Amino acid sequence: MSTGTAQAQNGTAAAAGAAPDVVCAVRDLVKTYPAVRGRRGAPALPETRANDGVSLDVRRGEIFGLLGPNGAGKSTLVRQLTGLMRPDSGAVTLLGHDLVRHPGRASRLLAYLGQESTALDELTVALAAETTGRLRGLDVRSARAARDAVLEELGLTAIAGRPLKKLSGGQRRLACFATALVGERPVLVLDEPTTGMDPVARRAVWAAVDRRRAQHGATVLLVTHNVIEAETVLDRVAVIDQGKVIACDTPAALKARVSGEVRLELVWREAAPLAVPEVARLRDRAVESGRRWVLRLAPDEARAAVASVTGGPAFAALDDFTLATPSLEDVYLALGGKTKGLVKS
Amino acid sequence: MSDRTTGAARAALAPDAPPTPAPQAVPAGDTPARAQAGQPAPLAPAARFFPSLAAVYRAQLSRARVARIPLLFVATFQSVGIMILMRGVVDGGSEARAVVAGSSVLVVAFVALNLLAQYFGQLRAGGGLDHYATLPVPPASVVLGAAAAYASFTLPGTLVTAVFGCLLFGLPLSGLWILAAVVPLAGAALAGLGAALGLLAPRQELATLAGQLGMSAALLLGVLPAERMPAVIVWARDLLPSTYGVEAFARTFEASPDWAAVVFDLGVCAAVGVLSLTVATWAYRRAAVR
Repeated sequence: MSTGTAQAQNGTAAAAGAAPDVVCAVRDLVKTYPAVRGRRGAPALPETRANDGVSLDVRRGEIFGLLGPNGAGKSTLVRQLTGLMRPDSGAVTLLGHDLVRHPGRASRLLAYLGQESTALDELTVALAAETTGRLRGLDVRSARAARDAVLEELGLTAIAGRPLKKLSGGQRRLACFATALVGERPVLVLDEPTTGMDPVARRAVWAAVDRRRAQHGATVLLVTHNVIEAETVLDRVAVIDQGKVIACDTPAALKARVSGEVRLELVWREAAPLAVPEVARLRDRAVESGRRWVLRLAPDEARAAVASVTGGPAFAALDDFTLATPSLEDVYLALGGKTKGLVKS
Repeated sequence: MSDRTTGAARAALAPDAPPTPAPQAVPAGDTPARAQAGQPAPLAPAARFFPSLAAVYRAQLSRARVARIPLLFVATFQSVGIMILMRGVVDGGSEARAVVAGSSVLVVAFVALNLLAQYFGQLRAGGGLDHYATLPVPPASVVLGAAAAYASFTLPGTLVTAVFGCLLFGLPLSGLWILAAVVPLAGAALAGLGAALGLLAPRQELATLAGQLGMSAALLLGVLPAERMPAVIVWARDLLPSTYGVEAFARTFEASPDWAAVVFDLGVCAAVGVLSLTVATWAYRRAAVR
């Protein structure tokens, strides 16, 4: 018993002061986009603070996630970590290198998979991978060997001769992911890598990532707005909302913060039967979107609510209901996340 | 203690063999972790200039397989069409030479200036530059590789146009070897200009517009015989780099060409090429890190 506690404390201490094992340290990062003057057809945009004092530590060998809805500032953060953008203020240290002072070094420390494939669209899968390898500093022979190995690993050999443009969205994404793997790097930065992929391709991506972690101790920084993916693959996750990190922990620990709650979703046939007093009372605590209500309740409250809507007059108006344990989306909302747009699939 | 003794004994017995496997036995994460505690991790080597230039060139060249029609054919059809039109107006002599030379160089202007400006504009707007910017590749390799590829795309079209033009206007085919110098030099000048326009234009549409205007200028000022134009337009014509490629090519049709003038014209193309490619490389650097 006492040993267990001691170990737990040790663990916490190690986690808190994990300085020696931090691969990427971000401190007080601020990035503001200037206001855009309105043009005909394009409304004026006020000055936007995309990153507002972001601090986080990514540890060696972990899959660290940045989770947040579109426009939360994830991509802006990643662009500063990859040397594509300079912060207004703050510090970024990657493997001991100051990336604010030397943004050019990022390309020699990490591999980046962005959201766009414009540069590769008209190349064949094989040539895209080989060229990227060569531009990552490999000589012709090693670039070809790495290309063949990666395409084989991801099951892309059969379509190696086809241009990316002619592939489906998921296949194209997988081909872009392949280019990120050619020429090993200790850090992988992946911006929504599995967008549009089928489950087979997703599994190939995560298997490839795991192999690099096991064999080379690679660290992965993953940008996602997919809650399910975040819960299954991430070791730790920073929840980002409106340019700020609102929480950072393991998915399980984050969910434990809202473990006292369950989520009840009610779908009404047409309109909610507000004449029923129990339903009228629930309305105050519901987030409504059309005929769908989402409620976060304590377990016994939820049980009572289910009993009241499934029995009695309200049941006639009820189309469907689900009762679920909290997801990272609930964490996001419970922490005060304001924007909708997290994906559950 | 015992460990150390064994290690020392082993080392004494076979000084080479045992120490090598020892570091490998350490978990993969350990070695970099130690480096992290003290010194920054080693940087992977950057790509060198010529190998990455070759890689970019080869990749760009392969795009012709997918985008064959715009890159190789449209410009040729346009130039051939213009020559057929002009055949009704021009009978021969210096005007015919100017039309054939102008139409041939117009292929270079269309592909190297117009299409490359569009390509870089599109790459910049669509976030495609991020791909190159997150690879340790010298900016000049990307710009020169793309420019060289686009200049290469113009070669078959220029040849076809020139041969067709010579047959149409009854000019000798013997002078066409000069294209081996005109295409790369005018190509460098116009591709550099196209790349710079594409990378400097604040919006994609403006890059496209600038490329189109540049090509229209090359069309109007290069193909139409200069003798019939007002002085102002002749000056404008002198400012356009494609003009010098046209002049150099047109001169070689003469019975006894003025070689000094040809070399001068090609020298202007080369100088503009160096200048515009330098500007384009600077513009790329600027566009890549915002």
